[in-house]
Amino acid sequence: MADTVLFEFLHTEMVAELWAPDPDPGPGGQKTSLTVLESMGFRVGQTLGERLPQETLGFREELDVLRFLCKDLWVAVFHKQMDSLRTNHQGTYVLQDNSFRLLIPMASGLQYVEEAPKFLAFTCGLLCGTLHTLGFQSLVTAFVTALPACKFQVVIQKP
Amino acid sequence: MGVSDTPTLDKHLSRQQETRTPVVAKNKDLLILTYGALVAQLCKDYEKEEDVNKYLDKMGYGIGTRLVEDFLARSSLRRCHSYSEVTHIIAEVAFKMYLGVTPSVTCKNSSRNEFSLILDKTPLSEFVEMLPAGRSSLCYCSLLCGIIRGALEMVHLAADVTFLQDKLKGDSVTEIGITFLKQPEEKKYRWKQ
Repeated sequence: MADTVLFEFLHTEMVAELWAPDPDPGPGGQKTSLTVLESMGFRVGQTLGERLPQETLGFREELDVLRFLCKDLWVAVFHKQMDSLRTNHQGTYVLQDNSFRLLIPMASGLQYVEEAPKFLAFTCGLLCGTLHTLGFQSLVTAFVTALPACKFQVVIQKP
Repeated sequence: MGVSDTPTLDKHLSRQQETRTPVVAKNKDLLILTYGALVAQLCKDYEKEEDVNKYLDKMGYGIGTRLVEDFLARSSLRRCHSYSEVTHIIAEVAFKMYLGVTPSVTCKNSSRNEFSLILDKTPLSEFVEMLPAGRSSLCYCSLLCGIIRGALEMVHLAADVTFLQDKLKGDSVTEIGITFLKQPEEKKYRWKQ
């Protein structure tokens, strides 16, 4: 679909212009603040979350919310479902997409693996923002081993 | 990572809930919201609206130089023979394809190198009610001007592209002006498709 292409081009341009390395980690190596791209993604994720049908906002279980992200949100945004969802049942989830739309135009395999995290920052923020609207604080990080597959690790923060 | 491999969850994932209502925002919303977040970020980074406008235009230019290839690949167009044809294609094919709107085209001068695209609403601004306070000269869609300019340059057509009217600023329509910078006769031999 052509309008998804325009988003992809815009995203690429945003990465080129706005990406900056992570700010210094706080004590214990935790990230203390979002990068510019992550905070933009967060804002978009929040608003996407606010535009959801009312019934989806009544999720009780964490797992339901994560399933929603993997299926409905991912389909709405990237036109495919997440390929797998794993959890340790203690608040950590790993979402795997074997052909992540924003990585497909880059390369296939091990080339540009170091560059790939820049292209995931916005989406990490997006997941975080949507979770926030659904009532969950989270920390989302992304990992790439071979393009275009990537994993998003979501750690739900206990209040 | 301490996460167990639990194949049963993948089964949960693939189990369809057929009764679930189809979800969420269309992808167009994603584009509009992302663009809004970008403009908001640039307004934070730059004090003056002119700088924001310029930066958006520059980013648009970068997008346009690459978007044109995507456009040419999707639309099997025959060669254009006039600026008027080019402008009509931008309005009736490209805008339609990428933004879902079709501006009307007017020609502004007898030498037929100045055109306007007229729109009922400013694209990408569907969720914007009004410009932020103190930002009245922000051209919210400067990105589009840059995209058109970049795309035209890649097909060897130099042009100035600016917003002449903007509904977000209270004008009755949104008008994008395209002024082609060289005479058609000089360009005839340099068309590449």
